[in-house]
Order: sequence, then structure tokens, then C-alpha cells
Amino acid sequence: MIQIKNLHKSYKMGSNSLHVLKGIDFSVEEGELVAIMGSSGSGKSTLLNILGMLDNPDSGDYVLDGVPIENLNETKAAQYRNKFLGFIFQSFNLINYKNAMENVALPLYYQKVGRKERQEKAVNYLSRVGLKDWATHLPSELSGGQKQRVAIARAMAAEPKVLLADEPTGALDSKTSYEVMELIQNINDEGNTILVVTHEPDIADMCKRIVHLKDGVIVEDKKVKQVRASEHV
Amino acid sequence: MWLFDRDLWSEVFNTLGKNLFRTFLTMLGVIFAMVILMLLLGSSNGLANGFNNLFAGTSSNSLFVWSQSTSEPYKGFERGRRIKFKTEDADILRKQIPEIDVLAPRIELGSHRGIATVYRNGRTSGSSVYGDYPEIDDIMKKKLVEGRFLNRSDTDNSKKVCVIGEETYKLLFDKGEEAIGEDVRINGVFFSIVGIYKPNDNINIDGENAVFIPFTTFQKAFNSGDRMGWMAISFSDETEVPIVEAKIKKVLKAKYDISPTDERAIGSFDMSEVFKSVSIFTLVLKIVSLFVGICSLLAGVIAISNILLITVKERTKEIGVRRALGATPRVVRRQVILEAAVITIFAGMVGFAISIGLLNLIDANFAQGNDAPFRNPMVTIPQFGFSFLLMVSLSLLIGLIPANRAVRVKPIDALREE
Repeated sequence: MIQIKNLHKSYKMGSNSLHVLKGIDFSVEEGELVAIMGSSGSGKSTLLNILGMLDNPDSGDYVLDGVPIENLNETKAAQYRNKFLGFIFQSFNLINYKNAMENVALPLYYQKVGRKERQEKAVNYLSRVGLKDWATHLPSELSGGQKQRVAIARAMAAEPKVLLADEPTGALDSKTSYEVMELIQNINDEGNTILVVTHEPDIADMCKRIVHLKDGVIVEDKKVKQVRASEHV
Repeated sequence: MWLFDRDLWSEVFNTLGKNLFRTFLTMLGVIFAMVILMLLLGSSNGLANGFNNLFAGTSSNSLFVWSQSTSEPYKGFERGRRIKFKTEDADILRKQIPEIDVLAPRIELGSHRGIATVYRNGRTSGSSVYGDYPEIDDIMKKKLVEGRFLNRSDTDNSKKVCVIGEETYKLLFDKGEEAIGEDVRINGVFFSIVGIYKPNDNINIDGENAVFIPFTTFQKAFNSGDRMGWMAISFSDETEVPIVEAKIKKVLKAKYDISPTDERAIGSFDMSEVFKSVSIFTLVLKIVSLFVGICSLLAGVIAISNILLITVKERTKEIGVRRALGATPRVVRRQVILEAAVITIFAGMVGFAISIGLLNLIDANFAQGNDAPFRNPMVTIPQFGFSFLLMVSLSLLIGLIPANRAVRVKPIDALREE
């Protein structure tokens, strides 16, 4: 699903150049649930940004579902993001003046899906995350866990190839975190490919594979025995 | 067609509605600007209409020529010789000066603005009595209150009919008394009244109290022979009156042996001069008001652009999320421009409605009556259309500034956790 070869990225900080990713080789198969771990400054966010086409690598190859991701202009990147990727953010990033259903329907709007179909799909995905009854609520009327579930429904609505979750439980208490992880695991069980960036070991343990980043290189890449989140709830 | 995309518009209105107060404040600028523009245009229109009303019915390109006495000796004649036009002069001028559109000879009883006594049933009125051709009505329109003006048949058959002014009517008749068909006596000759007219208070060459009878009847009744008092002449619109005026005077001076340098012998009044200065004044007024109005409109639209810039800055994160979810730069840009356009158009409409109300108020309070400085102070549909189009295109153009700012928002920067 994802193939990355010899990926480099550095940031210019005034006259200095900060080499953040120093040759990453990495691939993800369909249906995997991968945790990317590392302390801050390890390059994990940069890696996720490049995977998410929010940032361009300096060099290296990135192939997503057989499509080489290169020479992207803003329009192309937006279209690829919409088609290939679903984003889940630490701070949910729901649009605060749209209700849950409208938030979920937004990626479909950018895919030019018709209004009725969009709403049907949105309600369908909301019911899959257990929030069907909250469809008309504004984000401000939802709890943190509910917001993240709406965000997950939104990420899935466009039926992307890969879900990218950036610290999805970072803003949640542990009980809610496990509920969200349980949802992510369930989605993964249905065959969806998911990458989770986290620095919490217990969250990482709930994935099927853990990749450790340190100072811009992968120091460890291992399959683990998945801990079911439902056991903690 | 994206223009009819319900979601696009709901996106736009959602965003504007989310911050009603700010949207409203933004709109104020454009509302005021629109009101100023419309009021300026409306009042300059009203002023122009007012002027036009003052001169209503008077041919703008017209000239009045009358004879006086010479101021220079010439060809053996002494100075101070009284010149008297003859009826044949009318035909001579019509033949020699092709620019002449209508030429109406006139003769009056007594000297210039002389008074003749008009009798009816023991009541009298001191009036100016003119012998006229019906063509005079094309040059100085008479506003008839009752009946008709002189016509071709009256002059052809030298009918003993007359048209009297309201003032004459008041002196000779009781209030409400029927005058049409009644007879009045002038210098022992009876004339039947066929019409009553109301003098134009603002431009009046005939005097307050005037009686018109057919020119031919005048000749017979008062034995004026081939004498002619003066001529009212109108020209086609493109004619330069002063040039033709000089030509006419040259012809007449040659005929009556008047020195070419004699300025007094032939008197004239060029009506186009009056109209020219008035129309230049109103034109300048219109240009100035248009300029001021457009400047204020520009200021209003710039204010919108400014507020939208702030809005875009505040919405950085939201725009970033939208970009991450697949909004292309085009979609983002379109939304911001549409927001600018919607605010401007809506505010423009409100401003337009307010100014129509204000103009109606002005109309009701200051633009009534014949002598009002304003008349019908309204904007014309082309003026409104122009202002509206200008406003919309300005808003689209100026909406580009915040729109491009929005497009420059990189999702990665927007989504960076603070």
C-alpha cells in the first residue's frame, strides 16, 4: 500500500539546515495497523506530513497504492489527499459551525458527491462510530471522545486507502482513549490500512506493528501481538 | 454549474452568518457608500430635472431677434434711425439661412411690451397683444389650461380668435366662469377666446399678461401692413446659435443699410447660452457626484476586503482542515471571493433601498411645486445598473486579496498544534 525509499527532508532554520529525516525506508501492506513512535524531534510528524502530502520530501520515492507521489502542485495534492487519505488529528479539527453530519460529509462535498448521497453516507458513517443520534449536534455539544469519533467518521467517509492518525488520543483521557482505539481497531479489522503516530506505549501496543523513529532514522520496526482495547474498557 | 450549487452558497452564508455582528459592521461601509453615491446621483438628477422644468417647453436652440434704432451713421443715414422689420424678412431669412428650423414672425400692439386695453362687459385688462403664427408654440410652448392655441386655419383665414393668459382671465372673468367662446374687445375689434394658457414663471418673454391673436388677423384688424415686430427662430440641435445669429444679422443689416459694426440696431437674445451654462453646470455636478460616490464605494469595498483578510487569518485552521480534506485552492479562493461579493451585493441592496427611501423623502419635502430647486430626485435605471455592476466587480476584484491570502495558507502550518 505504501512504499517509501530513502526519504530525506530537512528544514532551513535561518542559515542552518535541520536534517529531520535521514533516509527512511519503509513500507506498509494493506490492512496493517502501524504505530509510529518516537520522542519529539524524532521526525515522526514530518514523516506523517509527507505521507499525508501536506509536505514534500527533499528526495526519495513515495508510492501510494501504486501511484508515485511526486511533483505535486497544491491542486493535485488536494485531490490525492481527498481520494487516498483520511486524516485524524489530535485536536479533532472539526469545523465548529457545522454539525456532526455536515463535518463528516465535507470530504464528500469536495469529491462532488451529490447532497442526498452525501448525507446518507455521512449518517451511515456516524452510526458506524455510534453517533447516529448526534448527527445534528454541533461539535461544541459533543465530548472529546465523541468529537474524535466524528473526526474518524469524517476520515472514513471518503473511503480512503489509508487513514493517518496524528496522536488521535493525545487530547483524551485514558478511558476515552481506549474507546477511540477500540474503534480504530474495529475499522482496521474490516481491512482498512491505518497509521497511528503516538508517543504513548499503551496505544502503540494496540497496533499490530510498531515503528520507532529516532533522530530521523528508523531504529526499530517490529510486529507485535495486538492488545485489544476492549480488554481495557 | 457551480453558481447554482446549494452547498457552495450554504458554505458562504454559514460563514457570514457565524459572525453576524462583524458581517454587519463590514456591510455598514458599503451601505453608507451606496447611500452617498445614490443620494449624490439622485440629487444631481433632481437638480438637473429642476432646471429642465424651469425651461420646459422652450426650444433650447433658439434665438429671438427684434429691431431697435441704429447707433452709427451709415450710407448717408443718421444715427438713431428706427429700424422696422417687414414680413418679407421672414421669407428672406428662411431662404438664405438653411439652418433655420422654425421662424415665427411676431408683431405687437404698441411699442415693445406695450400695453393695450382689452375690454369685456365693462371690465378691462391692460395686456400685451401679440400677432403670432402657430409655429411660435414650437419654440416657446404655451401650457394651455383650457381650449387650444392658435392654429394654421386661424392664420390662413384671419379668424378673429385669441388665446389669453390666466392673468387676463382673472381680470376679465369671475372665478370659474366659462371663457372659451366668449368675446373680448381690443381696439374696437372683437375676438373670440379659443384658449387660456398659464405663463411659464421661469422663462417668460411674453410678459405676465398677454393675449395672442393670429398674425394675419392682426395685420387686418390693426392695419399693420407688412410690418413685423420680431422673430422667434429655432434651429436644429447641432447648430451653433452664435454663428447663425451673426449670419442673420448680416443679412438684415445689409437689407436695412445698417453699419456692419452697429451693435444696437438689431437686438437679439440667444436662448442656447442660458441652456449651455445650465447644462455645463449640471454635467459638472453629475461628474463630481459620480466621482465622490465611486470613491466612497471603493472605500467601502476596501473595508470589506480588510475585514475578510482578518477573517481569513482567524480561519487559518479551518481552511487548513478543508485543504487537508481535499479542498483545492480554487475552491478556497472561490469561497472567499463569493463571501466578498455576497456582503457587497447585500449591503449594496440595503444601501440602495435606504437611499430610495431618502430620495422619496427629499422628493416629498423639497421637490414639490413649480419653483422647487429639485424635481423628481431619483436615480435612473442605467445609473443604478452601472453603480451595481461597478460595486460587484469591485468586490470581486478586491475579494481576490483575501482569497489569495486564504490560498496561501498551507495546511501543514494551519494544522500545526500550538
